[in-house]
Amino acid sequence: MNVSVVSPPRSGTLGTNASRPDGVAKVQGGFAFSSDTWAENMLWGATLRSPHPFARIVSIDVTAAWKIDGVEVIVIADDVPGLNAYGLIVQDQPVFAKVGDLVRYSGEPIAAVAADHPETCKRALEAIKVEYEVFDPVVDPEECIAGRAPEIHPHGNVFRHQRIVTGDQSVEGDVVVEGDYEIGMQDQAFLGLEAALAIPDSGGDGVELYIATQWLHEDRKQIAACLGLPEEKVRLVLGGVGGAFGAREDISLQVHTCLLALRTGRPVRIAYGREESFFGHVHRHPARIWMRHHATRDGRIVKIESRMVFDGGAYCSTSPAVLINGITHTQGPYKCDNALVDGYAVRTNNPPCGAMRGFGVVQACYAHESQMDKLAAACGIDPVEIRLLNAMETGDRLITGQVVDSVAPVEECIRATAAIPLPPDLESDPDFRDIPGGSGRTADRSHIRRGIGWGVSIKNMMYSEGFDDYSTARCRISNGVVTVKFATAEVGQGFVMLAQQIARTVLGVDEVLLDTIDTQVGSAGSTSASRQTWMSGGAVNAACVAVRDKVMAHVAQYHDLEVANLAIDGTDVVDTRGNFRVAVSDVIAHLEIDETVEYHHPPTEDLDENGQGNCHVAFAFVAHRAVVDVDPELGLVKVVQVATAQDVGRVLNPLSCVGQVEGGIAQGLGLAVMEEIVVTNGKVRNPSFTDYLLPTFLDAPAVEAVFIEEFEPKSPLGAKGVGEPPCISVTPAIANAIRNATGRELPRVPIRPYDVCL
Amino acid sequence: MSVALPTSVGEVVDLLAHNPEATLLAGGTDLMVEVNLHGRRPGDVVALHRVSELRTWSLDTSRRTVTIGSGVPYAEMETGELARLVPALAEAARTVGSPQIRAAGTLGGNLGTCSPAGDGLPILSALDALIDVVGPNGQRQVRFADFMVGVKKNSLQPSEFVRSVTLPLVEGWQGYAKVGTRNAMVIATASVCLVRSIDHVAVALGAVGPTIIRATEAERWLVANHVMSSPPNVETLSEFGRMVREASRPIDDHRSTAAYRRHAVGVLAQRLLTRSYS
Repeated sequence: MNVSVVSPPRSGTLGTNASRPDGVAKVQGGFAFSSDTWAENMLWGATLRSPHPFARIVSIDVTAAWKIDGVEVIVIADDVPGLNAYGLIVQDQPVFAKVGDLVRYSGEPIAAVAADHPETCKRALEAIKVEYEVFDPVVDPEECIAGRAPEIHPHGNVFRHQRIVTGDQSVEGDVVVEGDYEIGMQDQAFLGLEAALAIPDSGGDGVELYIATQWLHEDRKQIAACLGLPEEKVRLVLGGVGGAFGAREDISLQVHTCLLALRTGRPVRIAYGREESFFGHVHRHPARIWMRHHATRDGRIVKIESRMVFDGGAYCSTSPAVLINGITHTQGPYKCDNALVDGYAVRTNNPPCGAMRGFGVVQACYAHESQMDKLAAACGIDPVEIRLLNAMETGDRLITGQVVDSVAPVEECIRATAAIPLPPDLESDPDFRDIPGGSGRTADRSHIRRGIGWGVSIKNMMYSEGFDDYSTARCRISNGVVTVKFATAEVGQGFVMLAQQIARTVLGVDEVLLDTIDTQVGSAGSTSASRQTWMSGGAVNAACVAVRDKVMAHVAQYHDLEVANLAIDGTDVVDTRGNFRVAVSDVIAHLEIDETVEYHHPPTEDLDENGQGNCHVAFAFVAHRAVVDVDPELGLVKVVQVATAQDVGRVLNPLSCVGQVEGGIAQGLGLAVMEEIVVTNGKVRNPSFTDYLLPTFLDAPAVEAVFIEEFEPKSPLGAKGVGEPPCISVTPAIANAIRNATGRELPRVPIRPYDVCL
Repeated sequence: MSVALPTSVGEVVDLLAHNPEATLLAGGTDLMVEVNLHGRRPGDVVALHRVSELRTWSLDTSRRTVTIGSGVPYAEMETGELARLVPALAEAARTVGSPQIRAAGTLGGNLGTCSPAGDGLPILSALDALIDVVGPNGQRQVRFADFMVGVKKNSLQPSEFVRSVTLPLVEGWQGYAKVGTRNAMVIATASVCLVRSIDHVAVALGAVGPTIIRATEAERWLVANHVMSSPPNVETLSEFGRMVREASRPIDDHRSTAAYRRHAVGVLAQRLLTRSYS
């Protein structure tokens, strides 16, 4: 008889609620965010921006600004020593708009100053005289597609056009439903504003930049090109990052800060305020999506047609990749053999858009989940049943022809979500804080109607279309101390904690030091695309395994044991075939081991002209059920509860998973009912937290989360990324719940009060 | 920039008499936004925090009025005795910003800024508050209706400032309701204060015009056509709501539309009237 005793995981290892090394400092206020950095003899920098969305710069006069006491340097496009352009995919965005050239969005940088005080900077910016020839901005994406708009940029007004054509186009459904959907421009709205400190090398031929970013090495590549320096002369150190959500993928103040530091020979810091932040980073693409579903009478999807238009704003950023994510997720987590999808990402004079949590899938999911409810109604089937009926499984073929070889527990996610108890009915005399309108006391019990809605999503993880977004990690043992180093941007997600958990688990040690996060080790890729647990987790794991192999080899040789029989048991090395046991700490006390390892995911392919190809690495799934209380007469909403079951592969830190889920749901709720950058004729009308509304605690729902743990064999730790899925299908779930409560069609998000009641 | 730190109303009067351009600073919840976000550079600042008289309130039982110093923060109006005496003001105070803002913001600030969306102002309007103004020529009382004269415009003369606000204690019911696109911590897109006694009703509308608007025709119509001691029926409510909507003069802006604001004040007024009988 075999008796196996499973001991609980050791404290701080994988699967436990290991505490975060940065947690206490963050809660107590001691953590140094990027905006807290400081250097002796430091100057402040500031950026002059165009007030016009579309204009030609006739002249820039900096004479008056130079005369202001305390101004150390003023730089314009002519002062950029290298390439006056940057961009993640194509370099089409100038560091500064040049005299004679165009400004293409309201907020585009024109000059930067460094001075002895932020107030001096402000005065200097006011003293710079810029003469513009102002044009009518191009703000309608359809005009760009039709070729009727003036050319905004030499690269053209369409970033990318891609079709997906698959299956039998002649198939028609017994039941056909269609809709035109619109998604507003959401902001990432991280709390830790953009900030950087650049310290020039004493010789003036290099620079060190402390920066809150998502990808140190990509920043370095672009900065070095703009500065005309070799990459090794630009060293980046991660500053404390207060959230990212995609908004720190692109260059914002990096080049400006370095340039000012190099020109003055003094440390320079730039820190944006909230208003400037709205102009300093890219946003979520607003999109218009038409979608038509064909189904059999009993609700099986037989064909999907769609047209998606993403407004990328003035510069390319990641628009082509966002578009591909959108169109390749048209079908959602459902089986579909036949499809025709036409997608455009276009350039306008609106604010530039790029990465934001969900990356194109948020827009597609809003449309397909709205469609699923329409289809359910048209077929007379329950919204849950129709989703179960069409649920995708491992081995299914996507409309791109790619086979889903990830674990795909769509049905399990839906069933587990449905099993979560519904919240109790609203009591007869509820507290005003618990009902729509909240502190405004707008409603009484009799004005409120409850609705339930569903959303289910599929989300790709890692970069796509042939991109090798590898990650690097280094693990060292020296003087008995284990140190792990990586360039993975810790943006709040907790990778620093996860890296320690991995090292503790693999090496059987309790203490794990983390080296500075900087460019003194290979690239980690971006902290985005739900990829760092998989990719950098994979790299740290591989580096620790490489070190462990050497430790084992040493033990085997020293104690004359078979290396194949050795294993880590808790904090000991044990011989699984004998009685030998030695503490890891004793073994490593005199060892010097240093291993650096890269982790690569399997290669992916480009899409062909019909949108066919294995373009994605892997997928994760999630279901959301929203319960809302609506005041239909005033159009106000209180989201009561969001229940969710998420496919995570394996939970590595339960508390962190819940954190991602709760945060993502709040962000998805924001898009559903309040978060929108209002842009009129190219100008942002609400660049502040007074008017760009984020959910408060009174708006955030109770979250009931279940994790579907089915070990993902493709993933190095068996875990999938958990960052993006929580914020994707919750938005249509809430919209569907409001539709359920009101009977309104509500084709756009955010749903504004007047959309509901007028 | 200079900052004066007076400790008495007399000192404030003197400071403003000598420097009519000086900027008053109380909670700073408006001024610091102007400074930090809109680049305003106040020349000379008179900080009122140390003027303890402005931070107190008092009850006059014989006249049946309550006088609230212009520096009393909203947090103090939310609960306790003041909330019991002027419940609509407590409800309005609860809707102002976050707890931090309510600990700093004051009625004096609402009156100084005179934004149509100021949460305290519909209460002052509906209760026919008297604004106690002090200046180099002594003090005077101004009816709220004569105090707020336009968007961010009041009738203060140079060197005058608001010492306090005097409100009548009203027999009957009073309440405030405010619509925003978030369930807390939001600027009003439309708000209503309704005060009802046995023979009188007052309805003041916020954020739907250049000033706070009294729906006087709706008020008169209700008193004339409705038995005030009994709850209104559907027809009465409908006509009352229509007349309130008619009284509003809202605009479209980035926060909402004129059509929604007009609709919302009608709904809020109907609901407050109904609530006043429950």
